[in-house]
Amino acid sequence: MAEFIAYLIAGIATGAIYALAAIGFTLVWQTSQTINFAQGEFVMLPAVLILLAVKLFGLPLWAGGLIGIAVFLLVFGAGFKLVVVDPMIKHGVLPLAIATMALSIIMKEGAKDGFSAEAQSFPSLVPTDMINILGAAISLQHVAIIVVAFAAIGLLQWFVGGTRLGRQMQATAQNPTVARILGIPVERMVLLTFLLNAALAVVASLLISPIYLAKFSNGETIGLFAFIAAIVGGFNQIRGALVGGLLIGVADSLAAAYVSTQYRMAVPLILLVAIILIKPEGLMGRKEERRV
Amino acid sequence: MSAPALESTAAATRSAARRIDGALITLLIGAAILWFAPTGMGRYGTYVLSLWLVMSIGVMGLNLTLGYAGQSSLAQAGFMGLGAYTTAILTTKWGVSWYAAFGLSGLLTFFVGILLGFPALRVRTHYLAFVTLAFSTLVWLLLRNEQWLTGGAFGIPNIDRPQFFGIKLFGALEFHRFVVAVTLVLSLVLWWLVRSPWGRAFTALRENPVRAASLGVDTRAYTLLAFAIGSAYGGFSGSLFAPLVEFIDPSPFTLSQSLFLLLMVVAGGSGYFFGPFVGALLGVVLPEWLRFAGSLYLIIFATIVLALLIICPQGVSGLIERCWAALGRRFGRKAGGTP
Repeated sequence: MAEFIAYLIAGIATGAIYALAAIGFTLVWQTSQTINFAQGEFVMLPAVLILLAVKLFGLPLWAGGLIGIAVFLLVFGAGFKLVVVDPMIKHGVLPLAIATMALSIIMKEGAKDGFSAEAQSFPSLVPTDMINILGAAISLQHVAIIVVAFAAIGLLQWFVGGTRLGRQMQATAQNPTVARILGIPVERMVLLTFLLNAALAVVASLLISPIYLAKFSNGETIGLFAFIAAIVGGFNQIRGALVGGLLIGVADSLAAAYVSTQYRMAVPLILLVAIILIKPEGLMGRKEERRV
Repeated sequence: MSAPALESTAAATRSAARRIDGALITLLIGAAILWFAPTGMGRYGTYVLSLWLVMSIGVMGLNLTLGYAGQSSLAQAGFMGLGAYTTAILTTKWGVSWYAAFGLSGLLTFFVGILLGFPALRVRTHYLAFVTLAFSTLVWLLLRNEQWLTGGAFGIPNIDRPQFFGIKLFGALEFHRFVVAVTLVLSLVLWWLVRSPWGRAFTALRENPVRAASLGVDTRAYTLLAFAIGSAYGGFSGSLFAPLVEFIDPSPFTLSQSLFLLLMVVAGGSGYFFGPFVGALLGVVLPEWLRFAGSLYLIIFATIVLALLIICPQGVSGLIERCWAALGRRFGRKAGGTP
C-alpha cells in the first residue's frame, strides 16, 4: 500500500507536468488552429537556455534564469507566432503542423549541438529530501511539483474565467469574427495565448528538469505524452487537458511499477488508441461540428 | 456550368495528361541514367545512390498519403521498420526467398495500415497523425525489446542480398541495378494509380473532401486505401533497405525518422509525382556531399523546409514550376495558366 501511494504521488507529479504542456497545447490549438508538434521541445528548452546563459556569461543562477526565460518567451512565445504561425496559417492546418515538426527538429538538434549531447544536472528549487506520509516515502520534489503545477493551473483558470482579459481571450478562441466585432483586439489575444503557452512550458521545464536532468532529447517523451493527454482529456478545454495529463502520468507510473519497465510507454499509447476508438472527443470533450 | 469553365477544365485535363506522360518518359530516362550512373563511382557512391532510391520509395508512399489524400502519417519509418524486419527475419531465420519476403512485407504493412487507419479516419483528419504517432513508438518499443525475434538493440546481422534468376546480386553495382529496377516498377504502379480514376478520387479528397463526398466519392474508403497503399510502400522500402545495408537495428526506424521522412515529402513538393525523389535527394544524398556540416545538417535541412513552407508550401517542385511559368511569361509564350 505504502509503495502504491509512492507510485501514485510520483505519477500525479509527472502527470501535472504533462498537464501543463497539454494545456499550453490546447490553448494554442483553440486560438490559432496550430497543432504544435514541438510542444515537448518547448518544455525541454528553457532549462537548457538557463544553463547555457549561466555557462556562457558566468552569471549566478537567478540572473541566468531570468535571461533564459526572457529569451525563451521572446523567441518561442512571440517569435514563434510572428515568424512561423502567422505566415503559415493561411496554408491550412497540415502545413503548419509540419512546420512545427521542422521546428522541433531544429530545437532538439540545436540544443544538442549548441549546448550538450549529455544530460546536465539542473539545480532543484526545493530540498531533495524524502518525507513520510502514511508510511510511504515521498520525495519532497514531487510534492513541490504538484503544488506549483496546480497553483499555476488554478491561476490560469482564474485568469481565463475571472478576468476581463481572460474572457476576451476565451471569446477570441471561440469565435474570432464575433470577438473582433465586439471590439476585442483579436491579434493581441492570440499573441497572449502564445506567451501563456511559453510561460507554461517554462514552469514545466523548471519543475521537471531537476528530476529528469536537462537533455536535448527530453522533449520526445514529454511532447508525446502531452499530445496523448490533450486528446484523452478532450481537445478543447483546460479541464480536459488537466484530467488527461494526470491520468497519463499515473498510468505511466503504475505501469512502470506493476506491468513492465520496458513497455511502460506502451500503456499511455494503448490508452490513446482506446479513447480514439470509444470516445473520440475525449473524456471531457464535446463533439465538434464539421465545417463545410 | 458555363462554357469557359468547361473549356478551362478540358484544357487542364489535357495539360495534366501531357504532364503525366512527361512523367512516364522522365521515369524511364531516369531509370536508364541511374542504371549506368554508378560506373566509376566506387562502392560507397553506389551505395548512396541505392539508398536514395530506397528512401524515395518510402517517401513516395508517404506522398500518396500526404500529398494526394491529404493525411499526415507519422509512422512511415515505423512501416519501413516493419518491412525491413519482416524481410530480415524471414530471409535469415526461415530461409524464405527475398521475393516472397518482399511481397509479405508489403502485404503486412498494407493490412496494418488498414487496421490503424480505420478507427482513426472514423473521427477526423488529424487523428490519423496521432494514432500513427503512437504506432511508430510502439513499433520501436517492440523492435528494441523483443530480443528473441528482432535481436533487440543488437539488431539482425548478415542479411543476404537477393538473387535474380540464379545471378547473385551481392556486389554494390549489381544490387544497385536491382534497386533501380524495383524502384522503376513501383514508380510505374504509382504512376498508373495516380492517373486512374482512383488517383483522381484521391486528389479530389485533398482539394475538397466535403465536395468529393457530395459527388459520391466514398471519402473514408479512399483515404483509408491511400494510407494503406502508402504504408505498403513504406514496407517495400524497408524490405529493400534490409539487404542494402545488410545489418539492421531499431535506430533508423524511430519517430524522429518518421518526421524526417514527412519533411522530405514537403521539401520535394507534396502532391508532385517527382517530389519524393527530390525530397529524398535533399534528405539523403545532400548530407553525404555536405559531410563537413556533420550533425548540423539536420538543422540546416529542417530550416530549409521551414523556410520553404513559409515561402512556397509546394516545395522544390513547386518552386521549379513557378520559375518555369515565370520564364515562359518572360519569353512571351503562353504559360499554361499557372499564376
